Amino acid sequence: MSSMAATLSDSVVITKRNLIKVKRVPDLIVFATLSPIMFVLLFRYVFGGAIQLPPGTSYGEFLLPGIFAQTIVLGSTTTGASLAEDLQKGLIDRFRSLPMSRSAVLIGRTVADAGLNIISITVMALTGLVVGWRINSSVGEAVLGFVVLLLFAYAISWLMALVGLLVRTPEVVNNASFIVIFPLTFVANTFVPLESFPSVLRTFAEWNPVSAVVQSARELFGNTSPLAPAPDAWSLQNPVLYTLIWVVLILAVFVPLSVRAYRRAAGR
Amino acid sequence: MYATEETGGGLSVGGPSVGGMTDAIVVEGLVKRFGATTALDGVDLAVAEGSVLGLLGPNGAGKTTVVRVLTTLLEADAGRVEVMGLDVARDADRVRAVIGLTGQYAAVDEYLTGFENLEMVGRLYRLGRAEARRRAGELLERFDLSAAASRPAKTYSGGMRRRLDIAASLIARPRVLFLDEPTTGLDPRSRLSMWEFIADLADGGTTILLTTQYLEEADRLADRMVVIDRGRVIARGTADELKAQVGGQRLEFTVIDAAVLPGMVERLRPLAVEDPVVDAAARRLSLPVSGGAEVLADALRRLDGQTAEIFDVGLRRPDLDDVFLALTGRVAEEVATDDDPTAEPAATGGAR
Repeated sequence: MSSMAATLSDSVVITKRNLIKVKRVPDLIVFATLSPIMFVLLFRYVFGGAIQLPPGTSYGEFLLPGIFAQTIVLGSTTTGASLAEDLQKGLIDRFRSLPMSRSAVLIGRTVADAGLNIISITVMALTGLVVGWRINSSVGEAVLGFVVLLLFAYAISWLMALVGLLVRTPEVVNNASFIVIFPLTFVANTFVPLESFPSVLRTFAEWNPVSAVVQSARELFGNTSPLAPAPDAWSLQNPVLYTLIWVVLILAVFVPLSVRAYRRAAGR
Repeated sequence: MYATEETGGGLSVGGPSVGGMTDAIVVEGLVKRFGATTALDGVDLAVAEGSVLGLLGPNGAGKTTVVRVLTTLLEADAGRVEVMGLDVARDADRVRAVIGLTGQYAAVDEYLTGFENLEMVGRLYRLGRAEARRRAGELLERFDLSAAASRPAKTYSGGMRRRLDIAASLIARPRVLFLDEPTTGLDPRSRLSMWEFIADLADGGTTILLTTQYLEEADRLADRMVVIDRGRVIARGTADELKAQVGGQRLEFTVIDAAVLPGMVERLRPLAVEDPVVDAAARRLSLPVSGGAEVLADALRRLDGQTAEIFDVGLRRPDLDDVFLALTGRVAEEVATDDDPTAEPAATGGAR
């Protein structure tokens, strides 16, 4: 078997293993879907009326792409916690003693987590449609919108893989990732327009890749208004390109680093 | 301090072993450091193909580190380490294809069923789908897990998980099997059945390296033993050779009144091969002897008329607890120490 084919076949085996867990532990699905629904409802009805919106938009339309982005970026942190758990339970040792591909455990993990994210984003989209979100673009653009969101989350999964392999305690991985993920998803155009930020934060938010992801999604779902053009920053004028650059960059750095950490990972 | 050691010698099950050509495992001058700590400080050992080596030592002696280097999980800092003639660092993937590892903690996926666990590991050993499923079924049968095959491993008892773990490491018929404390934490009944499975494997010709803190376990399963302490080999040989190092068998008498001991010593002295040891406080006499039950019978004849004074008498052979105590000045730790790895062993007295 060529090494590419071997890696692919091993990755399929591991992905299947991870998805079986989702099937056996329904709580995972319940929480992966309940928290996005909760976020949609909270922001739509608690903050919705209080937030100054760009003219010509409704908060339902403005909010949903932001919620999508935040939820699936948060969903990607599962990758780190799950790998840490596998390390603790000695499973990584077992996998490392097998003649299998050195990257398959990580590929299988990140792909399965992307699968979970697809489930969450579907549930969120359906909830969104109920509370007034609409897709005002073509099918092709809408699909591209979901693809951009999922690609970015997939890249974050690889970053979290490295964290999980280095930190090695699932609870710590979770806490550590919140410290990073919350500022990253809140200091952005996720829930409020950038115009409301003070200047330094605003610059950070403009170049924050999460803002570009959200801006891409808003544009591709047709949730922007011609009366409220995107801020002048290059990152937000070319959000899809800027997002893809980040995806490539994150993967180029964290795939090799994570595989290296896996090769050296010590269980207990 | 060493018993005679010839590379590849010993009580190998699988035919003659000449000049190291049939050693399944060769370790020479193995050094492993973790930061400033030297975990392994020049370990040498060899395991003849088809034989069982018991790697003994207290917690923290370096047993698991040896296993982790041999199974490609850790890279050595120095030394030659080969499994089936393959260098574990340079040929890691080919080594992985011929070995099986059962670590200290049952590494099974809790959410997968027993069958799914084995099938997954079989697929990762690159068995075809049909072959992986067939082997999974066979091994579940062999390890008495057929009834639980379609239950998630989460529902298994500790003994069942260990058996599933060993089954997983056997799925691709490895030529060399590493068992790192395979019975630590098991109840006595599960331990006995695990011993039977391991003995069966050895009879089938699998080369096994087994680490254990249980001397009884090594005595029962291993052809040869290597005792390590603080990262160094402190003794090696067969169980009998190790026992010979701490002396042969002895007659032990406990009497009702210590006053009779001097008289007994005089009567029994002709049987002793070394000086008798009298412990008046314990009312005990220990007499190094050679021979079997006839020595005991002879001794009792010589004491004719005085036997009413004897509280207890026995012919005692040293066990590995004595060996360990003699070698290290410490008793091998008896307790699985998941929760308390720093527990110090009692200074005297075997716990068995």
